[in-house]
Amino acid sequence: MKSLFKTLLAATVAATTLAAPAYAAKTLVFCSEGSPEGFTPSLYTSGTTFDASSRQIFNRLVEFDRGTTKIVPALAESWNVSDDGLEYTFNLRKGVKFQTTKEFTPSRDFNADDVLFSFNRQRLADHPYHSVSGGSYEYFNGMSMPDLIKDIVKVDDYTVKFVLNRPEAPMIANLAMDFASIHSAEYADQMSGNKDMFDQKPVGTGPFQLVAYQKDAVIRYKAHPDYWAGKAPIDNLVFAITPDASVRYQKLKAGECHVMTYPNPADLDAMSKDSAVNLMQQEGLNVGYLAYNTKMAPFNNPVVRKALNMAINKDAIIDAVFQGAGKVAKNPIPPTIWSYNERTVDDAYNPEAARQMLADAGISGLKTKVWAMPVQRPYNPNARRMAELIQADWKAVGVEAEVVSYEWGEYLNRSKAEDRDGAVLLGWTGDNGDPDNFLAVLLGCDGVGGSNRAQWCYQPFEDLIQKAKVVSDRDLRTQYYEAAQVIMKDQAPWATIAHSVVFKPIRKEVVDFRIDPFGGHVFYGVDLK
Amino acid sequence: MFRFILSKLSLLVPTFFGVSLVAFTFIRLLPGDPVELLAGERGMSAERHAALMQQYGFDLPIWQQYLQFMGKVLQGDLGTSIVTKQPVLDEFLTLFPATVELSLVAILLATLIGLPAGVIAAVRRGSVFDHSIMGVSLTGYSMPIFWWGLLLIIFFSGILGWTPVSGRLSLMYFFEPVTGFMIIDAILSGEDGALASALHHLILPAFVLGTIPLAVIARQTRSAMLEVLQEDYVRTARAKGLPTWRVVGLHALRNALITVVTVIGLQVGVLLAGAILTETIFAWPGVGKWIVDSISRRDYSSVQGGLLLIALVVMVVNLVVDLLYGLVNPRIRHQS
Repeated sequence: MKSLFKTLLAATVAATTLAAPAYAAKTLVFCSEGSPEGFTPSLYTSGTTFDASSRQIFNRLVEFDRGTTKIVPALAESWNVSDDGLEYTFNLRKGVKFQTTKEFTPSRDFNADDVLFSFNRQRLADHPYHSVSGGSYEYFNGMSMPDLIKDIVKVDDYTVKFVLNRPEAPMIANLAMDFASIHSAEYADQMSGNKDMFDQKPVGTGPFQLVAYQKDAVIRYKAHPDYWAGKAPIDNLVFAITPDASVRYQKLKAGECHVMTYPNPADLDAMSKDSAVNLMQQEGLNVGYLAYNTKMAPFNNPVVRKALNMAINKDAIIDAVFQGAGKVAKNPIPPTIWSYNERTVDDAYNPEAARQMLADAGISGLKTKVWAMPVQRPYNPNARRMAELIQADWKAVGVEAEVVSYEWGEYLNRSKAEDRDGAVLLGWTGDNGDPDNFLAVLLGCDGVGGSNRAQWCYQPFEDLIQKAKVVSDRDLRTQYYEAAQVIMKDQAPWATIAHSVVFKPIRKEVVDFRIDPFGGHVFYGVDLK
Repeated sequence: MFRFILSKLSLLVPTFFGVSLVAFTFIRLLPGDPVELLAGERGMSAERHAALMQQYGFDLPIWQQYLQFMGKVLQGDLGTSIVTKQPVLDEFLTLFPATVELSLVAILLATLIGLPAGVIAAVRRGSVFDHSIMGVSLTGYSMPIFWWGLLLIIFFSGILGWTPVSGRLSLMYFFEPVTGFMIIDAILSGEDGALASALHHLILPAFVLGTIPLAVIARQTRSAMLEVLQEDYVRTARAKGLPTWRVVGLHALRNALITVVTVIGLQVGVLLAGAILTETIFAWPGVGKWIVDSISRRDYSSVQGGLLLIALVVMVVNLVVDLLYGLVNPRIRHQS
C-alpha cells in the first residue's frame, strides 16, 4: 500500500514537472472570480461578464486609454460635435477585421452597418435581435440612452451620425462603456436562424477571440491575428475561474496563474512580502460619503454641516474600517477622474473648533441619526463600524446620534425621502469616468428626492455643472468642475469620507499590466517575461 | 417484492412535491429579486422594474407561479435561467458529471480507507490503534470542510508542491468534453499525461469531500463488527479453529457489511452538501457551486429547478439502496 502510494505520487509529480515547458507559445493565465453571465456585454451589468467579453473580444467606437479614464479613438478614428451639441459624427476606421471563428468567416471589414446593428438592437423594440437572450439592456437604459438618442444615421459606409434630443457632453464617455461594444452585423445575418447562438459564440473586432468556454471552469482565448492595432504580445489568454480568494492567491504563488482578482484583505500583508508577487495598488473609481439632509433644520445651515464634518476623525475611519485599503476623500470625485481638484482644502479634524462653531450657531443638545448600509461595498466595507465611529466623534462635540439601518432595498428607497431624518452613509462607483457621472447624479438639483441623498440644490453649483454638461471643450469643462468642487466643499452637503484602494497582485514575470480604474481587466498590451 | 417496491415508490411522490414547494418558496422568501439584481448597483426605475417583473411572470400570485412551474416540470421543462438565459436542465447536465465524478472518487477513497480501519479497530478493541482511529475519525467528522480544504491546499500545494491548487486538469491539455467525466475524457483524448493530470487534480478535493463519510464509515464499521463478533456463530467459527482472517474477513465482515452498505448509501446526501463547499474551494465546476451562485443571484428558475433535480437524485439513490437492502436482507422485505 505504502509503496503503491509512493509510486503513484512519484508518477504524478513527474507528470506535472514534465508539463511545465509545454507552454511554448506565450500563455497568460488570469485567475478570475466567477463565470460570465454571457458574452454579449449589452445584456449584462456585472464586471465579471465585461472582463470576459467587452474588454477582450470587442471594441467600441471610442475607448478608455488602458489604465486611465481618458477617452481615445478606437473603431472611430475621429469625431466632431455640431455647435448646438446635438449631432455627433463619427469617422470610422478602415480595414478593421472581425475575428474568424469556427462559426463565422467574415467576408467584409467593419463598417457603419455594424455600428447601426449594435445600437439599434438595444434601441428599437422591433429590431429582429431586440428580444433575443432575454432582451433587457440595463446599462443602455440606465444611462438614459433611449431618451437621449433621437436617431442614428448611416451617412456612408464609414461615417455614422448620432442625433441627440438634448446636448450631453458625457455622450462620448458613454460610448466608451461596455454596453456600446460593436458586433458584426454580417454574423448576425448569418445566425438569423439560430439567434441565441449569436450571443453564446461571440465575434468581435477585439484583440482576443473566444476559443472555448467551460462554465465555472475555464475560458480560453487566442490572440486575434489581424487585430487592427497589432496582434497582442501574448498568444493565448486563459481565465481560470477560481471563486475563493485565498485559493486564488495559492494558485498565484504556485505559478498556476499570473494575475488574480479581488485579493482577500487578510492576505495583503503576505503578498507584499512575497518575492514572486508584485502587489499593485490604485485608488478605486468611487467615493464613500455621509450625506446630510440639507432640507431639514438644523442641517440646512452650512455652518452646522461644516462643524459636524470637522468633528469626524477620517484617518481613524480609514484605519479601522478600510484597514489601510482606503484613502481619505476630500472631493466628491476620486483622484483618477479628470478635473479632480487638487487644490481643494478638506475640513480639518478639529473637535474644539467644531464645538465652538456649533455653539456659535446656537446649537445645543442636538439629536440626530446616522444611517448605516446593511451591505459591504468597495467604498464602504463596514458601514455599521463607520457609523459607530462617527457617532463617537459627534458625541465628543455634544451631538447625540442614533445608528439606524434597514434591508438594502428598503435603505435605498427610504434614504431618498426629502423629509428623511438623519445623515446617510452611501457611496458611488463611476460608470464612464466623466465628472458629470458623479457631480450631476449625486449633487445636482434633478437628483433631489432620488440619487441626491443630501437633497441639496444649490444654484451656483447647479449652474456650473449644467454649463459643463453642454460644452464639449474639455478644458472649459475642467474649469467648471474644479470650481464646482470648491463650492461643494464650502457648502458641505456631505462629509466626503473615503475612496477605496484597489489591490492587484500579479506575478513578477508579468510585464506592463495596468490597473483599470473601472475595476476591469484589460490584457491587450500585457506581456510575459 | 413488487409490493415492497411499490410502497417505496409511493413515498417518492409526496417527497418530490414537498421538495419542490420548499425550493420554490424559500428562494422567494429571501429579500431582493432577480430583476433588481439584473440592474446591478445602478438600480432601475420603478416602472422598468414592474415591467420586467411582469415579463418574467413574477408579478403573479405565488401559488399561480408555483402551479405554472409544476405544470411545466411535469412536462419535463424546468425553465430557463434568468441570468444566463440557458435552459436549467442543460446547465445542470453540463455540470452534474463533475459533481458525480468527485463524489464517486470521494466515497471510494472513504470506503477503501474507512472500512479496513473500522475492522481493525473492532478486532483490536481497546488498543492504542482503536483509540487513535476513533479519535481521528471524530476529528474528521467535526472538521469544517472549508477550513480543512484550505489547510490541505496550503500544505500540499503551497508548501510541499505535491498537488495542483485547484481545477480539474492542467491548462496545457485542451479537449472538448465528451462525457463530462474528466477521467474518461482524458483517456478518450489520447493525449499523453492527461489522465495522470486529471487524477492528480482529483486527489485533494476527493479526500476533502470524503473526510466526513470516511469518519462515518470507519465508526459504523467498527460498531457493526463489534456487534457481529459477539454472535454465537463467530464463537463457533473460532472454536472450530478457523484462522482469524477467515473468521473476521468472511464470517463477521459479511454480516456487518449490511449496515455499512446502508450507511454508504446515506452518505449521498452528505456528499452533495459537502460538494457545495468543496467545489467552491477547489474551483470544481459542479452543481453545488452553481446552486450557491444561483441563490446569490436570486436566479429563481435555476435554484428551484436545480434543487428539484438534486433532490430527485438523492431520492433515487436512497430508493436503490433501500431496494438492495431489501434484496440482501429478506427480513426488511417482509416487515413492510
